[in-house]
Amino acid sequence: MNPFLDYLFNALALGVTFLYGSTGEIITEKVGHLNLGIPGIMCMGGAGGCLALSMLNGSGLPPFLIVLIAIFATFFSGVLMGALYSFLTVTLHANQNVTGLAMTTFGVGATKFIISKLSSPYQYMYAIKYFRFPFSSTTTSLQHWGIMFFLAFAVAIVASWILTRTRVGLHLRAVGENPATADAVGINVTAYKYGATCIGSGIAALGGIYYILDYSGSPEAYLQIEALGWLAIALVIFALWKPYLSILGSALFGILYIASSFLPNLLGLALPQYATPLLKMLPYVVTILVLIISSIRKKRENQPPASLGVSYFREER
Amino acid sequence: MHKPEKQSREPLFHVVKRDLIAPQKALLIRVIAVLAAFMLCAVMAYFFIGANPFKFIKTVFSGAFGTTHRVWTLAKDSAILLCLALAVTPAFRMRFWNLGADGQALIGALAAILCASGLGGKIPNGVLLIIMLLASVLAGAVWGVLPAIFKAIWGTNESLFTLMMNYAATHFVTFSLLKWLVSDGSTTLSELPFGHLPKVYNEEFLVVLLSVVLTVLIFIYLNYTKQGYEVSVVGESENTARYIGINVKKVTIRTMLISGAVCGFTGFLIVSAFDHSITAETIGGLGFTAIMVSWLAKFNPLVMIVTSTLIAFLERGGAQISTDFNVSSAFPSLVVGLILFFVIGCEFFINYRIKFRTSKKGGNDE
Repeated sequence: MNPFLDYLFNALALGVTFLYGSTGEIITEKVGHLNLGIPGIMCMGGAGGCLALSMLNGSGLPPFLIVLIAIFATFFSGVLMGALYSFLTVTLHANQNVTGLAMTTFGVGATKFIISKLSSPYQYMYAIKYFRFPFSSTTTSLQHWGIMFFLAFAVAIVASWILTRTRVGLHLRAVGENPATADAVGINVTAYKYGATCIGSGIAALGGIYYILDYSGSPEAYLQIEALGWLAIALVIFALWKPYLSILGSALFGILYIASSFLPNLLGLALPQYATPLLKMLPYVVTILVLIISSIRKKRENQPPASLGVSYFREER
Repeated sequence: MHKPEKQSREPLFHVVKRDLIAPQKALLIRVIAVLAAFMLCAVMAYFFIGANPFKFIKTVFSGAFGTTHRVWTLAKDSAILLCLALAVTPAFRMRFWNLGADGQALIGALAAILCASGLGGKIPNGVLLIIMLLASVLAGAVWGVLPAIFKAIWGTNESLFTLMMNYAATHFVTFSLLKWLVSDGSTTLSELPFGHLPKVYNEEFLVVLLSVVLTVLIFIYLNYTKQGYEVSVVGESENTARYIGINVKKVTIRTMLISGAVCGFTGFLIVSAFDHSITAETIGGLGFTAIMVSWLAKFNPLVMIVTSTLIAFLERGGAQISTDFNVSSAFPSLVVGLILFFVIGCEFFINYRIKFRTSKKGGNDE
């Protein structure tokens, strides 16, 4: 296969992890909640999915059902984490940054704990090939492209459509821009905040199981999810809070993230060993540049939701 | 007709913001929250790892205080955590979300190690230590001030900027190991024989002492100096600060210089007193824990001595559980995470009051 296409397909496949994370975070941020717990939630999604697979192992259910249940379990673990986050930040008005960081600490630890508890990490790996359902052959560059791969694009496009073209999306954005006004016109602010945060967390969690089972194929991969989760949060700014733009962004971040293993080969360069960590720095440096450039440009239509990070208490002026 | 209808619509309770709460009561609520979380941990440990709750509590305490050595390890862990928490505090008082303590400390540690490996043996140990210290503080300050400069000029999002700097620092450490520090192409640096902090009584004592001195210094800086006052004003309201003639940009940059420098200093302490070597994991997420320590103490340096000891105690105790009950080494972070959720949640009962319909007034603790 053409090495360039190989690189591109791999980048797209990795990018899907970012896409899940950033789509989930965009929905959460649109309702005014900066969820820094996304890395932990993505980890927990992976753990929830692996747990379901290991429990269903040998249950004799048809494979597609096992995969479906695993995806559902992943989504559900994300929703649970999102519910905890919403309870603390919406109902108890806790600081969103601190709560998010605590979610990440807890999520990463809990994932390590759960995955180490699964008696043999490889007993459920047979299910992977069903995650890759349309192209189950293993040797081509398309090997990561399964149902979860296409689901991510579908979710991003549907989320874009709901946010900009439906009444629910309008209400959701209204809550994120100015909860007091939304409350005054009769929108149930609490319900929207809970709903959007939980669904957003569920979507982000899917990124975790995708990365563990589909992209890397090893449960040990949860160790890298934290870094991917932070990049997914940064991607939200790059995508200007629009899920369809984050498709583009995630592909770019995918290209940067795996540059160290593909680029030297592609350009025919024999780089010394110490160049690898420098190339691995690329996605972070580019993110920093994106942050700087977007803060310099400051276009009115490209701003974060006005009430992002501020908790809403009805009785406060 | 109207009156009874209205009454039936009144909700069971509603939430009111408190004006002020007696400090003893606030403390009581927090203690109850920590104890409740600890109980929950014990119950969960019973179900998941089959540990008898009494044995669980006993193991946690013996893990933290069981032997003299363990007590010193606990003291060392809390001292390092305390230093990092002190480092992020000035930034947080200014509402500058410095999530980059990890990277700033790591770069400080790297600077110290580079000096020690380059100059070690050629100059006296005392001079070397001073050079290492200066290099660490400078490196940490540079790593911390970069996001602050962009924040001050263009309002660049500082929490994500500092986060990305953490990962940049990790990869830069790997790069330095490969390029300058280790010659055989691996990333394991054997312990350097140079640049060790002198042992006073034992390895840990000097670091603990320095952390206490640092606490007092930061406390004085934040509460009794003009600069500390400026930090608080900028944190409360940038507009007020501007109105009374404080240069917000200058304060932002200066405060992050201090924050980064203290992080760098912590990195210096870690490598010169204990590690004498460096990996990409030398700080290993302590920066995040330090944020919690600082926040739990409501950004008060003196209270941080208590909160850092509490978190270090839970980590050591949890680690003992992992070894004794043969479960994953991730157990401590589970315990700490649960306790954090409870403490974060209990703030609600400190800031707000629940009023019941039957006009029965009075606080509702947990």
